[in-house]
This record gives sequence, structure tokens and C-alpha cells, in this order.
Amino acid sequence: MAMAAADIERLIKEAMPDAQVTIEDLAGDGDHYRAVIVSEAFRGKSRLQQHQMVYSALGGRMGGELHALALATSAPA
Amino acid sequence: MSEPVFERIKEQIAGDDVVLYMKGTPVFPMCGFSAKVVHLLGQTGAKYQSYNILDDMDLRQGLKDFSNWPTFPQLYVKGELVGGCDIISEMYESGELAQLFQEKGVSQA
Repeated sequence: MAMAAADIERLIKEAMPDAQVTIEDLAGDGDHYRAVIVSEAFRGKSRLQQHQMVYSALGGRMGGELHALALATSAPA
Repeated sequence: MSEPVFERIKEQIAGDDVVLYMKGTPVFPMCGFSAKVVHLLGQTGAKYQSYNILDDMDLRQGLKDFSNWPTFPQLYVKGELVGGCDIISEMYESGELAQLFQEKGVSQA
């Protein structure tokens, strides 16, 4: 199972239109990515909540189609 | 109607100050992310109870629904989900993890 970086970015932007998303393919296997996401939607949210928002944007693919997605989330400075 | 597995999870996370749901065991971790959290917990010296979700599919699915967190490992402190490998690593690096354990009165191993 794997996902394309572009699909990850598209899903995140659909849920958070203002998000700036940078995706790094960690292993080249379409299964291990790192995503740096900056969005106003994260402001005031705990890290846990921010990551949960990203996981829900991915619509249940996390842990299934997508094995590993390291996340660095923040609101704009 | 609460899932029977939810009751089991509630008991488990209330049963110990620190509970780690992981793939494999601390001695034989079966996934790099689980191994990393085991290592970091070892560095803090905190006492914790681990559960191998690879041995228990009900627990594995139940936890995803219970905590709205789709991946493992999952670390709970005093019954609350703290996070997975990313968050625990960030907290360890910044010292927040040790501080949290101190604030919550977590005993050392």
C-alpha cells in the first residue's frame, strides 16, 4: 500500500485551504513521509489536536494505506 | 452502548501511571517508532506498563476508535493520550516529557 505525496498534500489542503504543506519522502517507497504543515487552523490547538486534524483530513488512510507520516505542525508565526 | 474493549482500555490506562501501547514488547519492539518511544522512556527512567497490540486485534482497532489516533505507539499518562512517536520525541527533546512525568508524580522504574 502506498500514497503519492501529491495526494497527501491535496487531502490536507482540501481540509485546510490556507495550509502551506511541505512533504518529504523519507524512504522513497511511498509509505514513509514527513510533512511540515503551517495553517491558521492549528492556532490555539494542542500538538495532539493538530495531528488529529491532519489524520482526519487524510480520511482514515493513516495507519492503513499510509504507514508512516512524521508530522511537524504549527500556526503561522 | 460502550464497546467492551473500551472498558478494557479504560481499566488498563487507569491501572498504571504510564501506559504504552506498542507493536511488540520493550525487549522485542516490532516497529521503529515503537522502539524509539521505548528508548526515550528508558532515558527518562519512568516506570511504565506496555501492551503489545500485535497480540490483540480487538485492542488494536479499539484503541484507534477510543483515542481517535490511527497509529501506534500510543503513550498514555494518568489515563490521557499524550501522543505517538512524533510528539513524544518532540517532548523528550524539549524536556517537556520529563516535566510532565514530574508534574504527574510518575514513579521511576
